[in-house]
Amino acid sequence: MATGHLALGQEQGALGARERVINDFSINVATVNGSGSQSANSVLLKSIFGMGVPVSGKNLFPSNIAGLPTWYTIRASKDGYVARKREAEILVAINPETARQDVLGLPAGGVAIYEESFNLQQVRDDVVCYPVPFDKLTAAVCPEAKLRKLVKNMVYVGAVSQLLQIDLGVVESGLRKQFAKKQKVFDLNFGAVKAGYDYAAEKLPKQDRFFIERMNQTAGKIIIDGNAACGMGAVFAGVTVVAWYPITPSTSVVEATTDLLKKFRVTPEGKATFAVVQAEDELAAIGMVLGAGWAGARSMTATSGPGISLMAEFSGLGYYAEIPGVIFDVQRTGPSTGMPTRTSQSDLLSVAFLSHGDTKHIVLLPGSVKECFEMGYAAFDLAERLQTPVFVLSDLDLGMNNWMSDPFDYPATPLDRGKVLTKEDLDRLGEFARYRDVDGDAIGWRTLPGTDHPKAAYFTRGSGHNDAAGYTEKPDEYIEVMERLARKFDSARKLVPGPVTLKNGTSKVGFLAFGSTDFALRESLDQIKKEYGLDVDYMRIRAYPFAQEIHDFVASHERVYVVEQNRDAQLESLLKLDLPAEQVVKLRSILHYNGLPVDAQTTTEEFATKEGL
Amino acid sequence: MATATPSPKVNHIGLPVLDYRGGKSTLCAGCGHNAISERIIDAMFEMGVEPERVMKMSGIGCSSKSPAYFMSRSHAFNSVHGRMAAVSTGAILGNHTMTTLGVSGDGDTASIGMGGFVHMLRRNLPMIYIIEDNGVYGLTKGQFSATADLGSKLKTGVINDLPAIDTCALAIQLGATFVGRSFSGDKKQLLSMLKAAISHKGTVMLDVISPCVTFNDHEGSTKSYKFMQENDEPINELGFVASFDEIDVDYDSGQVYEVEMHDGSNLRLRKLLEDYDPTDKANAVRTLMESQANDEILTGVFYINTEQPTFIDLLNVVDSPLATLPESLTRPPKSALDALMHNLQ
Repeated sequence: MATGHLALGQEQGALGARERVINDFSINVATVNGSGSQSANSVLLKSIFGMGVPVSGKNLFPSNIAGLPTWYTIRASKDGYVARKREAEILVAINPETARQDVLGLPAGGVAIYEESFNLQQVRDDVVCYPVPFDKLTAAVCPEAKLRKLVKNMVYVGAVSQLLQIDLGVVESGLRKQFAKKQKVFDLNFGAVKAGYDYAAEKLPKQDRFFIERMNQTAGKIIIDGNAACGMGAVFAGVTVVAWYPITPSTSVVEATTDLLKKFRVTPEGKATFAVVQAEDELAAIGMVLGAGWAGARSMTATSGPGISLMAEFSGLGYYAEIPGVIFDVQRTGPSTGMPTRTSQSDLLSVAFLSHGDTKHIVLLPGSVKECFEMGYAAFDLAERLQTPVFVLSDLDLGMNNWMSDPFDYPATPLDRGKVLTKEDLDRLGEFARYRDVDGDAIGWRTLPGTDHPKAAYFTRGSGHNDAAGYTEKPDEYIEVMERLARKFDSARKLVPGPVTLKNGTSKVGFLAFGSTDFALRESLDQIKKEYGLDVDYMRIRAYPFAQEIHDFVASHERVYVVEQNRDAQLESLLKLDLPAEQVVKLRSILHYNGLPVDAQTTTEEFATKEGL
Repeated sequence: MATATPSPKVNHIGLPVLDYRGGKSTLCAGCGHNAISERIIDAMFEMGVEPERVMKMSGIGCSSKSPAYFMSRSHAFNSVHGRMAAVSTGAILGNHTMTTLGVSGDGDTASIGMGGFVHMLRRNLPMIYIIEDNGVYGLTKGQFSATADLGSKLKTGVINDLPAIDTCALAIQLGATFVGRSFSGDKKQLLSMLKAAISHKGTVMLDVISPCVTFNDHEGSTKSYKFMQENDEPINELGFVASFDEIDVDYDSGQVYEVEMHDGSNLRLRKLLEDYDPTDKANAVRTLMESQANDEILTGVFYINTEQPTFIDLLNVVDSPLATLPESLTRPPKSALDALMHNLQ
């Protein structure tokens, strides 16, 4: 194994002359929630990025405003792996509550940088200790006592940068970007960075073997979190109505959307071409989305598990009355409140069938921040084309963490507003029936309120209706609409984003996964290749209903491992409903659902066990 | 056809009342809701509102079926139980140039829909929100609703032991800017109230007592025809002069309180109660509270505020409907995305 911590494991406690570990390790910063460490962590992440080294950051935070422990992990990976690693080699211990435990959690040969007064030298004899008088250094550069808690974080940025040999100029320019236009704030923070840097240079001779060296792997790349990318997608879809209710971890989708709307969508006269409403609950939020979608607006909401549950009844109305709307679900753990600040992929089944009766929904499954953007705008086209709610299923890991990405491409096609009849159309046609399949694609034509034609109006209802939108309790009329809806759903297989085949060679074994599981699985494939010499095929599913290629992939393999982040094998269950019986028996599960993002090593080990390797 | 024929039976935009009619009612014969539908037709016709410019909204229940029985040329959205306020909010955000009229019931509003209802009031959403209030759940065969009066008796003999929610007092307190109560059997009052409502910009909340002939029209009911005829105490007599009408002068001006509506029309309230000023919020709430203590059912317009900005005003949206803005106004240009990408590098 070439990964840093496994190499370390092989040389238990050997602190002497060893091979250098370059651009391949994780840093774990243990602080207290609400202490303002986020901007320091971001500067450190962007400094490594600025050194041209592929990097990812993960915030492991409590459901709390301030006071509880929080950890931020930065992974540098020359090979471009951005999934969580089980262990971090370098610890920055700022939180006295957890410091001892944090040091105990280090792998042998690891590094502990901590507040001098914690006296942690005795805890381990197989890690390198760098005690730093953070409080003293902070006090010296920050006369204002109130600000010290925040500024202290920058001292560790300086110390870590010096120890890892990150170019101070890179840190400086990252910091300047962070505090653009705020010279005073920059000065104060850079003073703190310098204090940490200088202290380390003078008092902490390098004893560990971890280094950041310049690469050119980040040129032209961006760093963004999935929620901001979803918001950006919505804005470039031309969203006009946003109704939402705050819920972790989806809140920043709407915050990002709102910021961009204010930036790009105010006319020269100062009028808004959008409306953002913080609703009274998720029932109202989805109700507003459907009201607006019915009136013809591009509308959206963003929520998480508990909000999804509340949106159930309306989602069925949207499906049956055929009203467009986009729902971003940034998944967290359940059941119930679950662990609100921990990630999972456990809403798949409930979203696919959200609501009572025979209801099913289009679900898009972004697996990167770039796809959060792309599916973010594609969802609106699909919703209006298919006249139905479309769900975009992200998760906390993808949504709230920083990811490196290629820049996003501007949408290649104009907005698809779907089948809408105008006054002129009606003049020509004479009349129309809202739910009649006149084109053979199972999608009817709709009119919007305000269409100036006496035959434009129709009666939208969630009760039984015929193809002319009239109330009905007649069996054949009910079945006609229900069967058309089923045909429409089936035709969506060809319209939704198809799967991505990452590898499809001669292997008898394949992997299927969706969403953020991709990061770990890609790394796991390399591990399986290295450790066992096996090439395993891999297809990433990007939408429900499933495309034909997914059926073909299963058919062409003997065993297919479905890797997902929930207890109940939800993707596998959904596949079982879709696949022919002889294919179903090929499916195996690899599940990860402890609230932490899945890591490659766990997946590799479980695969090896199940395959008897 | 309608616009071409000059006839005394067309309104000022040239449409006959027939163009305001809806489908055949499936509600019980004699249901108060049908009378309200008739008054809506009359009011829209008399005010010359183009049916294509109206959105009819509802929740679930007997009342919420009624939009099918008036104005077939208007778009309608019969949504889910208790959610008319939310759906209307979205629809109005999508197209705020429409006249929006919603019909809900006492169960739909004051129980399952209370959360959305109060927040709609608070936002002063520009729509006419009618509660067809009969104090019972009809479609499920006559359970009490939250507007049933304390001590009121069901057909089965069950006595209501919880106090009624006064939706008018609530609406005034929470921000509706036109609040009234009427009775489905009072043609004149209800028609005037609806016509004024059409001219108002902001949330119009009308609680219309509408006896349920099947489940709540018996002795002991406080929402029966008989009870209403005996206990209805109007606080004002309404006259409404639309902006396109000539001002008539047969009103006793000495006792008239006149409110100029947004479109220049006039609502004239002849005071029946001493010192009743419908623009005085505190007095309006007090009057309702006192009437409750006296077991009276006041009808009339309790409160009007033509100054308060609507939710649409607060959102400062463009004049055109958001729903149909062209792509050039809604999708930012490539240069915008390029700039964002540059900043993230």
